[in-house]
Amino acid sequence: MPKDHGIGASPKRREDVRFLTGAGNYTDDINVHGQAYVHFLRSDMAHGKINSIDTSAAEGMPGVVKIFTGADFEGVGGIPCGWQVTDKHGEPMQEPAHPVLAQGKVRHVGDPYAAVVADSLEEARNAAEAIVADIDELDPVVDMGKALEDGATKVHDDLNNNLCYDWQFGTDTETTDKAFAEAAHVTTLELVNQRLVANPMEPRVAVGDYSRANDEHTLYTTSQNPHVIRLLMGAFVLGIPEHKLRVVAPDVGGGFGTKIFHYAEEAFCTFAAKACNRPVKWTSSRSEAFMSDAHGRDHVTTIELALDKDNNFLAVRTDTKANMGAYLSTFASSVPTWLHGTLMAGNYKTPAVQVNVKAVFTTTVPVDAYRGAGRPEATFQLERVIDKAARELNVDPIALRRQNFVTQFPYATPVAVEYDTGDYDATMNKMEELMDIPGFAARRAASEASGKLRGLGINCFIEACGIAPSNLVGQLGARAGLYDAATVRVNATGSISVMVGAHSHGQGHETVFPQVVAEMLGIDESMVEIVHGDTSKIPFGMGTYGSRSLAVCGSAMVRATEKIINKAKKIAGHLLEASESDIELKDGQFSVAGTDKSVAWGDVTLAAYVPHNYPLEDIEPGLEETAFYDPANFTYPAGAYACEVEVDPDTGKVTIEKFVSADDFGNVVNPMIVEGQVHGGIAQGIGQALLENCAYDENGQLLSASYMDYAMPRADDLPHMDNYMVDHSCQTPCTHNPLGVKGCGEAGAIGSPPTVVNAVIDALHSGGHTHVSHIDMPVSPSRVWSAINGQ
Amino acid sequence: MTNVTMTVNGKSVSGEVKGNTLLSDFLREDLRLTGTHVGCDTSQCGACVVHVNGEAVKSCTMFAAEADGADVGTIEGQANADGSLNVIQQAFQDHHGLQCGFCTPGMVMSAAALLKENPNPTETEIRDYLEGNICRCTGYHNIVKAIMAASGQAVPAVAAE
Repeated sequence: MPKDHGIGASPKRREDVRFLTGAGNYTDDINVHGQAYVHFLRSDMAHGKINSIDTSAAEGMPGVVKIFTGADFEGVGGIPCGWQVTDKHGEPMQEPAHPVLAQGKVRHVGDPYAAVVADSLEEARNAAEAIVADIDELDPVVDMGKALEDGATKVHDDLNNNLCYDWQFGTDTETTDKAFAEAAHVTTLELVNQRLVANPMEPRVAVGDYSRANDEHTLYTTSQNPHVIRLLMGAFVLGIPEHKLRVVAPDVGGGFGTKIFHYAEEAFCTFAAKACNRPVKWTSSRSEAFMSDAHGRDHVTTIELALDKDNNFLAVRTDTKANMGAYLSTFASSVPTWLHGTLMAGNYKTPAVQVNVKAVFTTTVPVDAYRGAGRPEATFQLERVIDKAARELNVDPIALRRQNFVTQFPYATPVAVEYDTGDYDATMNKMEELMDIPGFAARRAASEASGKLRGLGINCFIEACGIAPSNLVGQLGARAGLYDAATVRVNATGSISVMVGAHSHGQGHETVFPQVVAEMLGIDESMVEIVHGDTSKIPFGMGTYGSRSLAVCGSAMVRATEKIINKAKKIAGHLLEASESDIELKDGQFSVAGTDKSVAWGDVTLAAYVPHNYPLEDIEPGLEETAFYDPANFTYPAGAYACEVEVDPDTGKVTIEKFVSADDFGNVVNPMIVEGQVHGGIAQGIGQALLENCAYDENGQLLSASYMDYAMPRADDLPHMDNYMVDHSCQTPCTHNPLGVKGCGEAGAIGSPPTVVNAVIDALHSGGHTHVSHIDMPVSPSRVWSAINGQ
Repeated sequence: MTNVTMTVNGKSVSGEVKGNTLLSDFLREDLRLTGTHVGCDTSQCGACVVHVNGEAVKSCTMFAAEADGADVGTIEGQANADGSLNVIQQAFQDHHGLQCGFCTPGMVMSAAALLKENPNPTETEIRDYLEGNICRCTGYHNIVKAIMAASGQAVPAVAAE
């Protein structure tokens, strides 16, 4: 009998009712009395020298409140980067200034260089037309290889060159070279992990407000982590102490990483609200989002895999160029390094793994974390090269993977992380069962009978979630701690508010977190409410990204609830005239062990707040506890994915015919939500594999700046229900957090791109197109057709 | 400025609008019906779908003045008279057909229009019909399932351990 409440149940989401009735409260739904609107002038060229910006004609135009340029932000801090990477020579990365509005140069299409605040958006736009910007076009810096050549045009004139850092990690060069020299077989693959745009359906919005009465600032913003924004913007950009700055992230319409970062528009609206003495609102258009939201991925890699004569993996070596774009976004520098290099061992016991990454500045939109952040890039390289090796060696790709799996845990990889637990054979077994691999030959024959090529793609992945612990990431260059926090406030009549640092922007925390607290206390879930998204209400937590909410913030919530239980038992012991050590809590009743004496949850909570009969000499009144939780390690979800595609050899069109995921997320609190997360991740991964591409031309013009040009996955691009299974029944609980959970938000986006590409290559080989060893994503009809036809 | 009068969710409303005021802006800013969302500027995403005289319309692509005299339905008017979720809304909740909720109003309004013209759609027909509605969270799987369920077709229930 499936559970109907508590951990493991799938109650209906409580947030759904407001979203389904139009009662959600997204940032653009917030209008502050008297607000003005800002329109940003953004560079239409990739690279230019600003000679002058003449705002005189615009200043007198109707409705104009104030016009800002970079000069207004001299003396104000720039947008900071939250992670300092140290290069292979021990030198810190090159870190350019990132002004709120461009100063001296514009460095990408979309770089804001002026802003008009006016009574209405239309008036702001009209006035912007009257601003004369004298900007000399400079040579664009688009291709990463050319950007690194001697004498290349520099994106930042005050830096030595366009190299942010040259990073090396893992096994030393001598050992790695020796492994390759002794290998029986080496497979090499060059590939591109293309630039993507996260595209949450809600564009970014910021509303700045300032109260002269008490010198307090409020920023309403579309953020995954309001406390992080408050700290970064307050301390590093605008010099506002935390107690004078409130950041509110209300209902947020999806994030996928791109709403982690602190953006110039947030700082602008906060700054301008004081400067104009009026609230200032900015709502991004979708076109603006394409040229100002941090992009994702954009790695170019050569990977080599060395195998011995028995097909055991001996070594992996990678050489990657990672595009940073024009400036360092908040966590940009950490993505190709610590979130990517540490995953290059994958699910395999390869003894030598060396990762080399050059991060490069170009005149493009900054690149930062997007769903998976470094881990999809790692998985794509490794699983593609393994697939290619299997084909070259004529061995079964499943058998080759199984042979090299890590099977003993804990396992310390050559790339610094220690996997605490896992069972990669179990997820592979489950995938094989659900995929009906023995039936593939018949399905392939059926496809061939209708003139199509059918391919089967296999993939494994591991990821590191719940990034931690703080003392380790600090050594690696993080400029923040990576704990989270929760306050459990029990009210007098027994209802509970839980204030959490995590932020829900689709993940369903308002439903899931109460399942945990209610189960621990044995009370009804409806008595527990989650409060999030407002720095004036919640403890200092780090927000939601990297599949960390339940593993990190959920653990803080468990710890705080344990403190509540301990104190409540003391109170119950007093009420029952028994020792607290004899008190048991079950189904919301405190009882004295071995007796029929008990008091209800509500009796104890009332006593805490109406302490007439209360041990005031021993404990304080009230029942409210906070816990901060800093995990001992990452969590390591893993899984095995499979996909069958059909390729039309006449057109190159690829369709997904069948898709199976078998994930190990450890313990699962709400299976419905876990499956929903995997569905979403897989859709984004299939989008990357087949459709999406953020394209620049050689002049640095952004070609894909609307949904007319950037191919988002639609309902008819994804597999039908009967041929689509997401499974999470293989569960090896995380060994170091109290819930045993690992995180599920990114798995689908990590596991699916190589699965699809592996299947396409398999299909082409089955049709005799054996010269095709790789096609870069998106595997579009034209790319497949060109590959088939040798063009 | 033009005076427009229309029926929105069964109530007569009127307002002064400019010739270039979009229906989506009139609904959101003048009537404060903020359930209609704007997710793009090229009529692609479908978050702004409303009903105009019974037809699904992208309200970012229609001037408010064009809706003068029309019968307009938005997400705020979809629930049953007693305030409970209607069949489609309930199916979206039952089958986890929404996550962040931003595309949801448009999805529900499109689904209602689909089921009006095709009360028993196949999965393929649903997927084709949703061509003009983009969701970034759900991968569409549970949205398709919810619409099938709302049409009375049997679909698998949500998982529980």
